Amino acid sequence: MQTINYKEKFPMYVAHPDLIYLDSAATSLTPQIVLDKMNDYYTQYGTNISRGVYSLCEEATTQYELVREKAAAFIHAPSDQEIIFTTGTTHSLNILAHGISPDESDMHILATAMDHHANFVPWQNRTKNFEVINIDKDYRLDLSNLAKKITSKTAVLTIPLISNVLGTINPVQKIISLAREINPQIIVVIDAAQAAPHIPIDVQKLDCDFLTFSAHKLYGPTGAGILWGKKEKLQNIRPLLTGGDMISEVSSSKTQYRNIPHKLEAGTPNIAGIIGLGAAIDFIQSIGLKKIQKNEEMLTKYALNSLRKISGLKIYGPQDANDRAGVVSFTLKNIHPHDIASILDTQYNIAVRAGNHCAMPLHIETLDIPATARISFGIYNTIEDIDTLEKGLYKVSEIFS
Amino acid sequence: MNIYQEQILEHYKDPQNYGVLKNATHRDYALNPTCGDKVCIDMHIKKNIIQDIAFSGSGCAISQAAASMFTQKVKGITVENLTMMNKDDILKMLEIELSMNRLKCGVLVLEASHRALHNPIKL
Repeated sequence: MQTINYKEKFPMYVAHPDLIYLDSAATSLTPQIVLDKMNDYYTQYGTNISRGVYSLCEEATTQYELVREKAAAFIHAPSDQEIIFTTGTTHSLNILAHGISPDESDMHILATAMDHHANFVPWQNRTKNFEVINIDKDYRLDLSNLAKKITSKTAVLTIPLISNVLGTINPVQKIISLAREINPQIIVVIDAAQAAPHIPIDVQKLDCDFLTFSAHKLYGPTGAGILWGKKEKLQNIRPLLTGGDMISEVSSSKTQYRNIPHKLEAGTPNIAGIIGLGAAIDFIQSIGLKKIQKNEEMLTKYALNSLRKISGLKIYGPQDANDRAGVVSFTLKNIHPHDIASILDTQYNIAVRAGNHCAMPLHIETLDIPATARISFGIYNTIEDIDTLEKGLYKVSEIFS
Repeated sequence: MNIYQEQILEHYKDPQNYGVLKNATHRDYALNPTCGDKVCIDMHIKKNIIQDIAFSGSGCAISQAAASMFTQKVKGITVENLTMMNKDDILKMLEIELSMNRLKCGVLVLEASHRALHNPIKL
């Protein structure tokens, strides 16, 4: 079914030819083309941006600003000036939790039971009035619970587009229109860290206020990411970081900030990383997200069928492959996920995640288990990878029988 | 190295000193937040000697087998000797090498025991 060998494009498979990498939800592997582009920066025009008038600096600034356009096109943002470069999703969400309506101390903030700690802890720290939307028996957001919890006083609703544990694709567009019916003033934040590498995103269609994702889950480097926001909403954010490059005028008595996006980008950024993110977006666009999505749907269906054959294996996530991404968490009998991951690693060269995947409230309070094992797919994965995983899981079962 | 040696699996499947002590004088627990392993330790200390010890909790084979073996090892020793024990004693006891991440599982029982020494039960 898969015609191109994408593994060839990723040098990690040269260093580890037998690697079966099933942990792209934690971080994806990086293709040579992205590494080359970052190397070009350091070897050809590795100077600071926006600070010099010499031509090398112009080149660095041009390449850097070009990524703003690429990122805007990638998520169908109306203007590249609405793209803020951050160090990743965690940074973006902290900017928002810190900077939205900074003078309000107890605003009502709603997150979900399936949020990653990055989209949970900053909001919980921000207000005493923090609530969580439940999930239903099929591991999807309970929309009636959501409708009950949103009130005319809810200031922020934050939702992951795709759960990093359950693989659930949330019906975000529907949720947002429902939320705005109850409260037209509500600010909606979308954590798209898991979604950006896998499904097309259109922020205008979604009608969210903010959306964020990381480069390192998108075949780009670590330490780079995007925060998008509606222009007027971004302008109201109080900067989390202040300092160089974000100011228009500084005197001993006061400081004037620049406009967005610069206002929210203090200090010398991860220039090579942002340029790498641009290359990663090009890489994805050259293949096409629709094609990527189709391939991953096929792999997910195949994996769900393979895993279900194994006795004592329980899948935590929607059972139907529809509206479900290539993230599958499971337990096997009463074998601890760490033991599953260790055996798969040492005996089959398979990399899977074990633990609570930075979603402790979901594991402890909703699923009522300390940990799960998780597989997740990237563009390089094949049916053969899943076949080996199945074999490995039978072996794990045998060792602990 | 295959860390799932027979000795480890045996202790995991059939843990020794598992449960709680009715006459415990010291009690505490330790957690490994990355994987959710938990080891609780009950000790009965009299005349500066670990007269009895039991563990409870849940987690991976390494954390639970280590707890089982450790409780066998320290029963009857002095408080000072228990205080002095460190990760090398655990590795020697387990007879396996552990990666940095799995070492946390192995030493969880040590951490719980040391914490328990500082946490006498108020009667």
